[in-house]
Amino acid sequence: MGEFRMPSLGADMDAGTLVEWRARPGDVVKRGDVVALVETDKGIVEVEIWESGTIDALIVAPGTKVPVGTVLATTRVDGSPGPAPVTPPPAAAPAPVLRAQPGVRASPAAKQLARERGVDLTGLHGTGPHDSITRADVEHAATGTTEAAPAPAPMPAQAPAPVATREKPAGIDAAGMRRAIAAAMARSKREIPHYYLSTEIDASTVIAWLEADNATRPVTERILLAAVLLKATATAIGEVPEVNGFFVDGSFRPSSAAHLGVAISLRHGGLIAPAIHDVQARSVVEVQAALRDLVARTRAGRLRSSEMSDPTITVTNLGDQGVESVFGVIYPPQVALVGFGRVLERPWASGGMLGVRPVITATLSADHRVSDGHRGGVFLSALNRLLQTPEKL
Amino acid sequence: MSPTSTGAVRQAVLDALASVAPEADLGSLDPRAVLRDELDLDSMDFLNFVIALHKALGIEVPERDYGKLTTLEACVDYLTAARKQ
Repeated sequence: MGEFRMPSLGADMDAGTLVEWRARPGDVVKRGDVVALVETDKGIVEVEIWESGTIDALIVAPGTKVPVGTVLATTRVDGSPGPAPVTPPPAAAPAPVLRAQPGVRASPAAKQLARERGVDLTGLHGTGPHDSITRADVEHAATGTTEAAPAPAPMPAQAPAPVATREKPAGIDAAGMRRAIAAAMARSKREIPHYYLSTEIDASTVIAWLEADNATRPVTERILLAAVLLKATATAIGEVPEVNGFFVDGSFRPSSAAHLGVAISLRHGGLIAPAIHDVQARSVVEVQAALRDLVARTRAGRLRSSEMSDPTITVTNLGDQGVESVFGVIYPPQVALVGFGRVLERPWASGGMLGVRPVITATLSADHRVSDGHRGGVFLSALNRLLQTPEKL
Repeated sequence: MSPTSTGAVRQAVLDALASVAPEADLGSLDPRAVLRDELDLDSMDFLNFVIALHKALGIEVPERDYGKLTTLEACVDYLTAARKQ
């Protein structure tokens, strides 16, 4: 018998609300399948299961907020078909609700369908939780049918007492996200003795290489400087592994994989830093594709649990917002954060000559319990060197 | 050039902007406002904007011309001219 529990989707998460089941009792699932949607302060997350097997029973009903670690469902790991499920399958689990325009509550899927079908959500009657508009409601409005959506599944008898029931629409809640960021950053500054390093990198080679490379690519496959910086960071980590991993229970656990948390600002404010996995093993083209996908899903509120829970280092590229350099606050339990500022034209002395070059300021905030400034300096030097031969990345 | 084609280009630009900045009130967008600042577009947004323009109009804006797509007005001028070529 296996147990599928409410995951911890970051150091700042204590509890989450199950908003929708993506699996039913009897379904065969394999490691990595999305089996549930969970609402956190940072939006709705697709939660993957980590053990292959057969779903046995769904313990927690949609709409219930439970602490991290609560058993949400049980599984049989032998994969053999089991008896008929006792729990009624929540086939009509309510769709997640996202704060939309004032006065309109509709799930992201409903809003997307509404856009596709040209349905105006205002004035539409919702049959989801708290009268929110579901995909089915939009379907009905689009096709002109009037039958009501099926009622949500009853809560199974064995459901644990909820910590709190969902009173507000799910989705990204600005105040909740602010609190989550505050908790994580306060913990970081309380526990992690940061040190900060900075270096200026001559970006003329990488920018010229990128421009020439992009000129040969169709517009949909163009590579952003950010993707090259991510790949260079992952490669530099290979030389200085002390910046990559977690500080847990008083000791450092290095990570062999570079899961780079990418700080992505949300259009309505707030910040999420989900991971691109195994950047060290991907080409720059693959990193670009992964970055584009990740930014789109972050802003649409469609992240996966593994992306939320396991970044091994964070990279922030505030240069896009015009700042020259950024000294970040490490996201615990990580041990380092790499920052890139904007590309600026600067006077640059090289070989006894003064010229004008595009320059980018790279910074490292690192945990002094794990590494010293010397090793941090080696990391930034490696980053600089790698960016001088971008074609080898 | 016919006003219809300029209008179509303008609409395509507005649609592309709406796809990358869905929360923006584009009805009140000053045609001379700098888009990156006005709509808080980062480099990924801008790439998606250029991709959306390509899908709508079939025009591939080369990277070296990104600097010409500063405002709504500039976008319409640039893309209208590019269409005629």
